Amino acid sequence: MAWLEARPLDRRDLLLRLQLNSNPEILCVVRSAVSQLSEELGFSAEECRAVTRAVDEALTNVIRHAYHGKRGRPIELSCRRIQDPADGGPREALEILLEDRGVAADQKKMRSRSLDDIRPGGLGIHFIQQSVDLMEYKRIASTNRLRLLKYLRPVKQEIAR
Amino acid sequence: MKISARRMEKVTIFDISGNIDLSQSPEVRKVLLKEMREASVPRVMLNLSDVNYIDSSGIASLVEGLKLSRELNSRFILFGLSTNAREVLQISRLLSFFEIYENEEQAVAAA
Repeated sequence: MAWLEARPLDRRDLLLRLQLNSNPEILCVVRSAVSQLSEELGFSAEECRAVTRAVDEALTNVIRHAYHGKRGRPIELSCRRIQDPADGGPREALEILLEDRGVAADQKKMRSRSLDDIRPGGLGIHFIQQSVDLMEYKRIASTNRLRLLKYLRPVKQEIAR
Repeated sequence: MKISARRMEKVTIFDISGNIDLSQSPEVRKVLLKEMREASVPRVMLNLSDVNYIDSSGIASLVEGLKLSRELNSRFILFGLSTNAREVLQISRLLSFFEIYENEEQAVAAA
């Protein structure tokens, strides 16, 4: 997977890096790893399930839409602990990057559909958006990059005096 | 993942174990819809007490089962939901569309 190695990797804050194939059977392995990592970082049980769900749905989208269900295609998952320069000061967060070399995502479809319409399908993006604090997609050359952010600690609310 | 059906006179109970994700939901969907069409019983129950994880494709399979049950005029009942399963139904705003019970005893008593 030379394309993945070509990009310089900042290992300072790297927590986990997985090089995967686009095989659906690998999803349960990734869920297990991400769940354990989230727990180690101090997320609550509910937050761990949310992070795991976001990664699982994002990987599912890569397999189904970027690679059209084709097996054996490369996906890289990396997780870092970062200081996000958010409004109100830097916030500690888990940053998850998912990269693949499949077809570019249609950004018009990367939004939640109406939930009033009770029908199967189209829930994956909604699940991701509900499970993390930030979701960003970029197409860089021939690579899809999805960035997910989950803040580690809630911002302390200022009490109005 | 395993799925099997217990057929009784007016009810079919599907026992599912494992995870219902992208790798397994096509099988769940296939078995569920085929059995529902063939048996066409007034009540269909899904025992999810041994299912730890359901993703959006699994929810889609449940919605297809629910839709088919409405076409067949049968009840579509879920019981034994894990925390994860409840959460994804909640996020999907589908909790109120399914008839849900804690366990088989309660589901059978209510049916």
